[in-house]
Amino acid sequence: MSPQMISMFALMRKETSRVLRIWVQTLIPPGITMSLYFIIFGTLIGKRIGEMDGYPYMEYIAPGLIMMSVITNSYGNVVGSFFNAKIQRHIEEMLVSPMDETSIVIGYLAGGIIRGLFVATVVSFIALFFTELNIKYPLLALLVIIMTASVFSLAGLINAIFAKKFDDIAVIPSFVLAPLTYLGGVFYTVSLLPEFWQTVSRLNPILYMVNSMRYSVLGTSDIEIVDGLLMIGGFFILLLSVAVYLLKKGIGIRD
Amino acid sequence: MKALSIQDLSKQYKSGVQALNSINFEVNQGDFFALLGPNGAGKTTAIGILTSLVNKTSGSVKVFGHDIDTALSLAKACLGVVPQEVNLNLFDKCINTLVNQAGFYGIPRDEAKKRAKYYLEQMGLWEKRNSNARDLSGGMKRRLMVARSLVNQPKLLLLDEPTAGVDIETRRMMWRFLRELNQQGTTIILTTHYLEEAEQLCDRVAIIDEGEIIENDSMLNVLKKLKKEVFILNVSQSLTEAPIIEGYETSLKSPQEIEVSILQSQGINEVFAQLDTLAISVISMRNKTGRLEELFIDLTNNPSKETTE
Repeated sequence: MSPQMISMFALMRKETSRVLRIWVQTLIPPGITMSLYFIIFGTLIGKRIGEMDGYPYMEYIAPGLIMMSVITNSYGNVVGSFFNAKIQRHIEEMLVSPMDETSIVIGYLAGGIIRGLFVATVVSFIALFFTELNIKYPLLALLVIIMTASVFSLAGLINAIFAKKFDDIAVIPSFVLAPLTYLGGVFYTVSLLPEFWQTVSRLNPILYMVNSMRYSVLGTSDIEIVDGLLMIGGFFILLLSVAVYLLKKGIGIRD
Repeated sequence: MKALSIQDLSKQYKSGVQALNSINFEVNQGDFFALLGPNGAGKTTAIGILTSLVNKTSGSVKVFGHDIDTALSLAKACLGVVPQEVNLNLFDKCINTLVNQAGFYGIPRDEAKKRAKYYLEQMGLWEKRNSNARDLSGGMKRRLMVARSLVNQPKLLLLDEPTAGVDIETRRMMWRFLRELNQQGTTIILTTHYLEEAEQLCDRVAIIDEGEIIENDSMLNVLKKLKKEVFILNVSQSLTEAPIIEGYETSLKSPQEIEVSILQSQGINEVFAQLDTLAISVISMRNKTGRLEELFIDLTNNPSKETTE
């Protein structure tokens, strides 16, 4: 194995073991949060809503809630881990070593993907207490989760690269990520919206991710699955390029 | 081949501060090289550029012939670094810190574990291998950083004030270890505020002040440039004023301590002779400050930049 591969695997191992080491912080909170969503939106309110797009409301929102967890946790994992490394300055352990920037990005990506997968598993098990979860296309669901976790891991990494203080890593999740997620069709089909807002919604990348997952699980979606996968893949390539470019330039990490 | 070759290296920060102004120096393989200077002189910036933590503005840097502009990975593979400030993952175990660092240098995991054990033992930290870095004392953290810097068995070790804040015993232990490392062939560049440390360990020295190299020579030659030394003489009598010693500058530091300035051209015997005629007997004597320190203050031309604690 080449030295670059060894260094990349060393970081991947470090980041993935971190997810498990601090499991109380990484895996339990999304489980609790999503249980509350299932209870409140699914059981209590959902009964009054009835069906959505031909499915019981609980069953309809389950894929969206899984995706919501994947998005927030993969993002939070990388933004937190990388920013901590910056603040504690142990990022210098990597920067002074010969490992290249792509290896650093992939190492952090691994942590975000693993957390996304674990959280998706936890939330899926919780969902089983409330509804049936017959996944129609399991491999497609896995692909969508991994791709979405990758996109938001990269977004978290870019956020952390620019962040100079803790406020800077809280702003994006609160003011950008949360609104886009709630308006991304987790709780409703966009066909309920007026024409204008349907068009606006289609500019929201999270709509494609939520609906790709919904298609994988239920076989129904507001968008074409091909469009969804292309959109996620496009964002992945764009953010990967940006993250590698920023690290190569040393923005936010070198004086 | 030179271990390090720096040519016309400049660094201007975005704030406008000119940290380095076209500096030049070389370090031979096997040297124990001191890079000295007052706070803000540019030492850490120079180390930062070598390790790619700071982007240079202009100039060239070669590490064992590898230019950092064209062969950065090869240059980095030759380096180990102990930074001035603690930069450990405080929530990670000591053993993991070393194994991970070795991994980042492309060292296979089995070998990384062996090296981690060896260097933790060398630094007296093996018993603490499963402790988190945050649970270590300040001195232990320093030793852990030294151990970490060695896992890739660097040809050139950069030590940026490695003994700052450690107790005397630990400092002596680290001195012994670094001497052995240097004797085994590792080239070492040391920046330190303890000039005694530089004088004890280093065979070559460069002094940097306000971003410029103002002295670069062997330690022996640099110390030869010392124009005068100040000695403190402990005398048996209690004096009320400094005795007049013809040709020498004297002052009374305390009733039983005389401070005498002696120029390089003068001998010290004459001082004893004159004190003898004054019936003042000397019990003991010592340097007021380290010799290098006096020269350092002389060269940087500002007593306020005195660097000892």
